[in-house]
Amino acid sequence: MSLLAQSSAVIGMNIKSLPRRLWMSLAMVLASAVVVAVLLAFLAMAKGFEATLQSAGQEDVAFFIRTGSAAELNSSVMKEQVDLLREAPGIASDENGKLVSPELYVIVDGTKRSSGTDANIPLRGIEQQGLALRNNFKIVQGRLFTPGTDELIVGEGVLRQFEGFELGKEVRFGKNRWTVVGVFSTGGNVFESELWADAKVIQTLYNRGSSYQSVRAKLTADARLEDIQAYIKNEPRLNQEVQTEANYFAVQGEGLSYMAIFGRVISAVMALGALAGALNTMYTSVSDRAKEIATLRAIGFSNLSAFIGTMAEALVLALFGGVLGALAAFLLFDGLSASTLGGSFTQVVFSFEMTGQLVMQGIWLALFIGFISGFFPAWRATSVPVAVAFQSRG
Amino acid sequence: MSDDNLFELKAVAKRFKKGKETISIFDDLNMTIKRGDFLAIMGPSGSGKTTLLNLLGGVDQPTGGEIVFDGARIDGLSEGDLAKWRANNIGFIFQFYNLMPMLNAAKNVELPLLLTSLSSKQRQQRVDTALQLVGLADRAKHMPSEMSGGQLQRVAIARAVVSDPKLLLCDEPTGDLDRQTADEILEMLQLLNREFGKTIIMVTHDPAAARHATHTLHLDKGQFVGKDEPELQEKSA
Repeated sequence: MSLLAQSSAVIGMNIKSLPRRLWMSLAMVLASAVVVAVLLAFLAMAKGFEATLQSAGQEDVAFFIRTGSAAELNSSVMKEQVDLLREAPGIASDENGKLVSPELYVIVDGTKRSSGTDANIPLRGIEQQGLALRNNFKIVQGRLFTPGTDELIVGEGVLRQFEGFELGKEVRFGKNRWTVVGVFSTGGNVFESELWADAKVIQTLYNRGSSYQSVRAKLTADARLEDIQAYIKNEPRLNQEVQTEANYFAVQGEGLSYMAIFGRVISAVMALGALAGALNTMYTSVSDRAKEIATLRAIGFSNLSAFIGTMAEALVLALFGGVLGALAAFLLFDGLSASTLGGSFTQVVFSFEMTGQLVMQGIWLALFIGFISGFFPAWRATSVPVAVAFQSRG
Repeated sequence: MSDDNLFELKAVAKRFKKGKETISIFDDLNMTIKRGDFLAIMGPSGSGKTTLLNLLGGVDQPTGGEIVFDGARIDGLSEGDLAKWRANNIGFIFQFYNLMPMLNAAKNVELPLLLTSLSSKQRQQRVDTALQLVGLADRAKHMPSEMSGGQLQRVAIARAVVSDPKLLLCDEPTGDLDRQTADEILEMLQLLNREFGKTIIMVTHDPAAARHATHTLHLDKGQFVGKDEPELQEKSA
């Protein structure tokens, strides 16, 4: 008869005998579940943060900041330079002219709802063309700010995480008072962590003269960054570097990759603990079934079928824990809104994002725990001579 | 080797290492078991009864000598080949039954048949026949926890004979039973020996149990020290 039939019989017997070891088995399931849930929580956080940044960046938008500036915050672009960049090759146009958005980026204070503490929020100065460069921009409450006034609109993420930005509220940053006239969405990306107001008003209130900090420009389908870089290089009045907006945000997100690394380290440490518990459970299981395993081997069942039976028990318990942990992580964390310090020392509001790929990582971790915790006890169960196994149980 | 001989042990030795010391169970054990024998092996604790049974059952290997079964040596077989040999030739009956507590009587009896190429229907027929033979056809669906000691041992006997092995090895099969139940089990073994031609080797402490066998060998300190002849067995039975 095939090994399959023998193994199926042994697996069935092992699973049916689990109630005899209920608490030990549950402990192994729970240990696996906790490890998987913790891993998935960190990975979902990192994934959500990454998605928030990456979904903001577009491949067909060129992003200019001063050479050597790592981010918008410490960059500056003069008005004359903006005019020169408008003439760069590959910049798209519409009926209103070139699709170029010079923008300002200053930091203001906000009070976090979760802790009551102050944290930095970006206040972006933007013009009409800037709105056109955000494909998924839409006003969800109120209206757009009126150019030339001290009105601002607030991202949905800011509204969710910070106090005092509800529609119609007056907010004060230093000496400047602003009125919230609208709430906007950009599809959940990093721009929703910002306040937007008229660029000219911010230039005045923050003594920026006619300067900006970054420039975004829509690219034509056949545009090449190399051509734009050559244009900048050949124009002595320009000292900007250019990259796609997608690349800029990808680089900004790299600094936060510690989340995933930290999560994996924590999970690895916890997995070691879970592994110790799981090994104990499986050694107990093998000891509990020593006479049964020896009897089956005496009857003529192969060592391999006994080995597979023990391995299957460990894998089933660990898999059950993994699924439980993934389910708990999904219910507890998926879509959970949080904010953390992003690039430019400002808060980035993001949502935990649980994906099928992350769940599979959790399941693989659980199966790894199951494999290791099953392998050694299974090896012991089948390497002890049958005669000795009978003696060990009196 | 005569065709009548099922088992032949030639100068079998079995030694264990215990630390630096070597403990010898058998040094030069010789014996022949004929087909159709019902052999009882008696002896004090530590005399080597269980070790001998393990060697005959292929669950232990000798450190010297030859064990010949049905004309072929088994002492040099690999563990995998020995498992197949046991599945094809041996039925085990243990003192404490060694049934799988999570399986009902029928499923326990079916276990050795999982090692054969019989279909599910053929297995079911064999299981029914074996349970009828031991008088437990109506208990097929009962779990071990729902049965008495005598019933459990009868299920174990059904499991031992279901694949029609040549040899039954019994390790104190009545050691956990009261006298009346023990006698019922021993009569069943006699039936299997007389009517179905099964060769049976039974290790026991119990002289009353040994009297059900056709021969009794007495083992002490790794040597056979006496033999009860069939006539004597019948007289004392």
